[in-house]
Amino acid sequence: MTLDLARYRDVIEDRDYPTVRAWRERTGGKVIGCFPVYAPVEVPYALGMLPIGLFGGGNRIEIANADSRFQSFICSIVKSTLELAFVGKLDLVDGLLFHSICDPARNLSSVMERNFPQRPSIYVHLPQNMTSPHAAPYLASELRRVGAALAPIAGRTLTPEDLARSIEAYETVRHLLRELYALRSQAPERISTGELYTLARLVTLMDPADSAPILTAAHAATRDRDARPKDRIRVVLVGSFCEQPPLELIESLEESGCYIVNDDFLLGWRWAQRRIRPNSDPFLQLAHAYLDESEHLRTKHDLRQPRAQALIESARAQRADAVIFLGAKFCEPGLFDYALYRKALDQNGIPHLFLEFEEKMWLYDRIRSEVETFVESMLFAEAVS
Amino acid sequence: MTPATTAKAGAPVPAAIKYQGTVHELQKQLMTRYYDELTAIAQGGPGRSAQLLIAGNPVEILRAFDMIPVFPEVNALQLAVRKTSLPLIQKAEELGYATDNCAYVKADIGMWSSGGVAPFGTIPKPDILVCNYVGCNVYLNWFEHLAELVGSPAMNIDIPFLRTPSGVASEDDVRYVMAQLQELIALLERITGTAFDEDKFVEIVERSARVGELWTKIKELTKRRPAPYDAYFDSVTMMAPLYCLRGTVEAVEFFERAYEEMSARAEAGTGPLAQERFRIVIEGPPPWPFLRAFRDLFSRWGAVAVASTYSTVGGLWEFGFRHDVARPLESVARHMLEANLCNRSLLQRYQQIERYVSEWDADALVIHSVKSCRLFSAGQGDMREHFVHDMELPTLLIESDLEDPRYFSHAQLRNRIDAFFEALEQRRITAGVVAAEAARAAS
Ligand code: SF4
Ligand code: SF4
Repeated sequence: MTLDLARYRDVIEDRDYPTVRAWRERTGGKVIGCFPVYAPVEVPYALGMLPIGLFGGGNRIEIANADSRFQSFICSIVKSTLELAFVGKLDLVDGLLFHSICDPARNLSSVMERNFPQRPSIYVHLPQNMTSPHAAPYLASELRRVGAALAPIAGRTLTPEDLARSIEAYETVRHLLRELYALRSQAPERISTGELYTLARLVTLMDPADSAPILTAAHAATRDRDARPKDRIRVVLVGSFCEQPPLELIESLEESGCYIVNDDFLLGWRWAQRRIRPNSDPFLQLAHAYLDESEHLRTKHDLRQPRAQALIESARAQRADAVIFLGAKFCEPGLFDYALYRKALDQNGIPHLFLEFEEKMWLYDRIRSEVETFVESMLFAEAVS
Repeated sequence: MTPATTAKAGAPVPAAIKYQGTVHELQKQLMTRYYDELTAIAQGGPGRSAQLLIAGNPVEILRAFDMIPVFPEVNALQLAVRKTSLPLIQKAEELGYATDNCAYVKADIGMWSSGGVAPFGTIPKPDILVCNYVGCNVYLNWFEHLAELVGSPAMNIDIPFLRTPSGVASEDDVRYVMAQLQELIALLERITGTAFDEDKFVEIVERSARVGELWTKIKELTKRRPAPYDAYFDSVTMMAPLYCLRGTVEAVEFFERAYEEMSARAEAGTGPLAQERFRIVIEGPPPWPFLRAFRDLFSRWGAVAVASTYSTVGGLWEFGFRHDVARPLESVARHMLEANLCNRSLLQRYQQIERYVSEWDADALVIHSVKSCRLFSAGQGDMREHFVHDMELPTLLIESDLEDPRYFSHAQLRNRIDAFFEALEQRRITAGVVAAEAARAAS
C-alpha cells in the first residue's frame, strides 16, 4: 500500500466526510458523532456503528447561525460543530456522544438536542473520583447504559462478545499509533508531525479495520526513510486536546525550527498508555483501563498525580528542550492548565512558550515569528553554554 | 419614553427604594459571626474548617464532624460586593491565569496568594478540600489548583451529571454517590480522630429539611401580587445563611424569622417597590460589584423578579425536594444529584423557567449572561431563541460579569433595559387598546 498523504489530507479537511459516506454506503450502518475529548468509541462500534470524531468546522466553514446561540466568549469548536448541524453537514450522523469536558461542551449537548431532536445526544458520565473503589464498577455500568441508549439506533443489542471484539479492533489501531508516535520521538526527521497528525486524524474518520492497514503501511514507509536530522529543538506540545489547530499551523511550527516530539492532539483517540489489561468482563476492562491506564487526559482530574508533574515527566522522557502550550482561544480548561504548567515549568527550568490559535485562522506569520524567536534564543543559549 | 413618563400609566415609581428589613440585618449579624469564627480558627484558635462548593453539597456530613464549611464562591462574591475583587483578579492573572478563566476562581486564588486575608475575615487553611463536583467543570480545576496552592488533603466527590430527560437520577447514580459519601465519612473520621455520630447527623439533616421547607414557603409567596420581596435581589440576602449555615439551629431560626416577615408583607400587600408594574424571571448570576446599580435599572421600571434560577444553584427546593431523616444519606446524595441547578442540563433549566413563568405568572424573562460563568451562560442565545420563538415570551439578554468589574457597562445595560421595558409598556398599551376596541365592538 502506498502512502498517499496528500489524499488523506483532503479527507481530514473535508466536511462532507467522504470516508464516512463511503462506509455508510458500503455497510448501510449507522454513524455516531463523538465530540472530543474522549468517547468510549468501542461501544458504538460493537453495535455495528461507526463512531467518528467531530472536531468542528476547521477553517472551511463560516459561522452564520451558531453565533446567535453561543456568545462571543465561547470557543470556536462549540459553535462550528453546531454550525455543521445547521447547514446539514451532520445529516449523515445518527446520534451524538458528549461528555463533561467543559461547561460550553456540556451545554452544546443540550442545544443540539433541542435544535435537532431527530438525532439523539447521549451524554456519557466519566468518573472524576480516581481513588474510589466504586469508580470502575460505576463506569462499567455507565458503559452498559450508553450501550442500551445506542441500541435503538443500531437496531440491535450490545453483547459482551461484540464489545470484546471492538476493544481489540481499537487496541490494534492505538498500538499502531503508539508505534508511529515512538518513531517520531526517536527520529523526528523521518515522520513529520503534519504527517503523523494526518494519519491520527484519519483514524477518527474510518472503521478501525480500514485504518489499521494504512497505519501499518505508513510505519513501513517512514521507518527507514533516509532523512538527515535538522538543527531544530525538541518540543513537547500541549493544549490542543479538543479544538484542533489548522494543519498548516502545525506544519509552520515545525518549519519554524521545532521537532514536535510529543503532543496531545486527538488524545482521546489514543488514550491508552499501553495495551490494556485483559478482563473477563469487557465493560470492566474498559473502565479500569480508562481510570488506571490512560494518559493524563485533560478531562481526567486525577488527584493521584498532579497534571503539571505528568507534563514535566513527559518532557523529560522525550528529552524535550522546551514545551509549547498551544491552546484554543477561549478554551477555559486549557487556560486553567496553563497556569499550573507555567509554574511547574519555571520551577523545573524548562523553557516554554504560550501560543493561542483559532481553528478558522488563515495567517500564521505572527505565530511563526514568535516561534522562530523562541527557537533562536534557545539555540543561541545552547551555543554559548 | 422614559420611566418617569411611563410611570404615568400607574403610580409613580419612587427613585429611592427601601431594601432593608430585619431579615437583612439578621443576615448581616449571622454572616459576621460566621466569618469571625473562621478568622478565629485562622488565627490559631480551636475548630476545623472544610472547603466545599455551593452547588449541591454534603454540608450535613461536615457539620456532623463540627467542621465549619467554607465556600469559595461566597468569599469571592463578598470580595466583589465590597469592590475589592479587581486587584485580586489581576494578581491571579500575573500568576498565569487568563482573562477567560472564571473570575470567582481568580479572585479566590488572588486572596489565597495574599494569605487568605479578606476585608470580612481571614480564611483558615482548610483541614480538607472536598470538591463536590456537581455539574460545573470549573469546580474540578479550582480545587485541583487549591490543592496545590493551599496544600490541604483533597477529595473529589464525583456526582454524575443529571443526563437523562426524566430529571431523575438512576439507582446506579444514587448508589455510587452514597458510596463516595461513606468514603468521605471514613476520611473525615481519620482527619478528625472522631467517630461519625449518626444521631447528630440525623438531627442536622432534620434541620436542613426544615430550612428547605421554610425556603420553599418563602418562595411560594412571590406568586402573590404584588410579590412581597424581589426573588432575585432579595433572595441573595437569604442565600448566604441557606448555604453557610444550613443544618444549624441559627439557620432554622433565621428562616423562621424570614418567613414571618415575608408573609406579613404579603398579607399587608407590601412589595419591594411602591408599585409592581412588571413581573420578571431573572436567569443567571448577578453582577456582584454593581448589585445596587443593576437593581436600580429594573426598579425604575417597576420590574420585580418573582423567580430566579440563580437562587437555585445551591438547591432546588421549590419543586418538592426535601432532606429526609428516614433516609438521611440518600437524601444528601439526591440533593447533590437532582436538586440543584448546576447538575441539571440546560434543557432542564428551560423547563424550570417555563414553570416559573406560568406558576409565578411572569411577564418577561431577563437573561443576565456573565462571561465568567459558562455553566450558566454558554448557550443562553439558544435559551433566548426558545423563549422568544417557542414560548412567545418577551426575553431580554444582557451581558456583564459576576465578579470582574471590567465587564460592567452601565450605560449600555441601561439602554438595553430601557428599550426592553419601553417595548413591553408599548405592548401593554396596544393590548389595552385592542381589548377596549373589542369590548366596544361587542357591546
Ligand atoms: S476547546 Fe476547550 S472550551 Fe472549547 S469545547 Fe473544547 S474543551 Fe471546551
Ligand atoms: S463557572 Fe460558574 S458555577 Fe462554576 S465556579 Fe465559576 S461561577 Fe461558579
